[in-house]
Amino acid sequence: MFHYILKRFLTLPLILFILSLLIFSLVMFLSPYERLAVYIPNMDVTSMSISFDDLVERYELDAPFYVQYAKWLKGILRGNLGWSPSARMPVSRALRRYFPATIELMLLGGLIIFGGGLFLGTYTAVHHDRLPDQVARVGTIVGVSLPGFVFGLALLVIFYAWLDWFPPGRLSMWAEDVVYLSDFRQYTGMHTIDGLLNGRLDIVADALRHLLLPAIAYGIGMLSVMLRMVRSSMLETLQQDYVTTARAKGLLEKVVVKKHARRNALLPVVTLAGSIIARMIGGTVVVETVFNFRGMGQFMVTAARGLDFPAILGVSLLIGLIIILTNLVIDIMYTFLDPTVTLE
Amino acid sequence: MDTLQRLVRNPLGLTGLILILFWVGVAVFAPFISPPGNVHDPYKVIRLSYSSLPSPPEEKAPLGTTGGGYDIFYGIVWGSRTAFRVGLIVVTVTSIIGTLLGGVAAYAGGAIDNIVMRITDLFMSFPFMIAVIIMSVVLGKGLDKVILALIIFGWRRYARVMRSAVLVVRRRDYINAAVSIGAGKVRIFLRHILPNAIFPVFVLAALDIGVMVLIAASLSFVGVGAEPGYADWGQMISFSRDWLLGIVGSPFQYWYTYVYPSIAILTFVLGWNLLGDALRDILDPRMRKIQ
Repeated sequence: MFHYILKRFLTLPLILFILSLLIFSLVMFLSPYERLAVYIPNMDVTSMSISFDDLVERYELDAPFYVQYAKWLKGILRGNLGWSPSARMPVSRALRRYFPATIELMLLGGLIIFGGGLFLGTYTAVHHDRLPDQVARVGTIVGVSLPGFVFGLALLVIFYAWLDWFPPGRLSMWAEDVVYLSDFRQYTGMHTIDGLLNGRLDIVADALRHLLLPAIAYGIGMLSVMLRMVRSSMLETLQQDYVTTARAKGLLEKVVVKKHARRNALLPVVTLAGSIIARMIGGTVVVETVFNFRGMGQFMVTAARGLDFPAILGVSLLIGLIIILTNLVIDIMYTFLDPTVTLE
Repeated sequence: MDTLQRLVRNPLGLTGLILILFWVGVAVFAPFISPPGNVHDPYKVIRLSYSSLPSPPEEKAPLGTTGGGYDIFYGIVWGSRTAFRVGLIVVTVTSIIGTLLGGVAAYAGGAIDNIVMRITDLFMSFPFMIAVIIMSVVLGKGLDKVILALIIFGWRRYARVMRSAVLVVRRRDYINAAVSIGAGKVRIFLRHILPNAIFPVFVLAALDIGVMVLIAASLSFVGVGAEPGYADWGQMISFSRDWLLGIVGSPFQYWYTYVYPSIAILTFVLGWNLLGDALRDILDPRMRKIQ
């Protein structure tokens, strides 16, 4: 077990190296002049005494691949990911600012997806073919077909424009003043947790008020996927002999479902968790745009629209790192859930 | 034929089929339903005015116009062609690539299998949406670029599905029989393995058309997809964003700018999902038993 984890950690740098190489080579498809556009935002040639070619040379944009890659990699290892023109700040600082927001959103969304999926999936499987199951069957198909942005916009219209309960953005104006201007300490960058640590419950409440709608909009599609997955996995497990045995022993139905069936039904769900998390990261892009929630997804879209390649590279690298670590955690979790799986 | 009969008898499957046929009809007869303003560039949404305010449904624009005077009815009708083009092209090409890669990997086994599947894993683990955005930065703007980006990253699930299907089929007796007769490898693969392992790919493809159209629409919505003014449902909805909140005292003032395009996307994707689900129930006997 320990050896396996150690081995996986040792291969980590290699995987990261391949990832960085892949991402970097994608950007290198652009011509040096296109990449130069990042450094000169308004491209006003007439007012400049220096030609494009000189600039390309100055930034070494026409150097061989390995030279540019080495230069970039050296920067990264020093924590320097370059300058992001679209955010008007260094990429590393932008990531530090926007990433916690996305994590916060993903945590709440994950709670909806995994918690709701497990509960509703079990519930519908136990009530197979009865009303709740039928409702869920139709509901999940609609949920899967509903684009996140359509659902998000609908929520905004109802709960913001009409009822004025949940505003878009990340914080209200007054709360922003507190967080960024007063002596409020930012420990994690996540407003809910920082609020708790600072003992400011009003900030926590305000942050949650802004988080709730995006988290729901974001969760609904994947909740449907999760629910269906848990449901069909539970239905299969509930037909197994050991479940019949457990019932024959006279165990309470609650114990049979929770201890005997669900634990085994969880295995395929854990396998799927990796791809769900990958989809969740992708989903932040749309949801953050809809709710004007200033997180990593919105940062990435702004960067993409402005051809801001240092930002794109930085975000991709961070996402790659998260994915690799998540998969590692999932593989290790697997051994706890299924004693028959052994790690080589 | 048997499959089609069962599909029609399944109420959800029938609903899906009807929705898809409806949109096929709209896409095919688009020039008659909503004649283009410029015959050479019908995908350019007609602008009835240059007013920044949306205008409500009236005779000239049955579903109203968005800010900028874009005719919503025209955008929805011609947007259906865009949706079909994205969905069908992407799914056709990716399913062929994925099927071949996965099939060959499983059939050849050994090192080839290992290499192909590790590459698939790599593509699989990275968030699809993010990957497509990165590609669209590299390739540039426009719907064709989006289609290309979706193809580059979209084949991975087909490779997985096909591989596991082929792994089952190639152990069957009739494959051994074909080998003992002396049939060549390529012949066995194309004539005996492929036709028997292809069904899961059909199910995935039906579901995938909805998914791809959704993702393309999302890209247009966030502004890295189709060019402005192109008939595309995602973009129609992004036009409505500024008018979402209505005016003070009347929050639903501009309801038509988002309700109609949303219904278009929802019914289109729903149709494919219902069809794919019904197909899965019919083609996968194991699922049939559970359902």
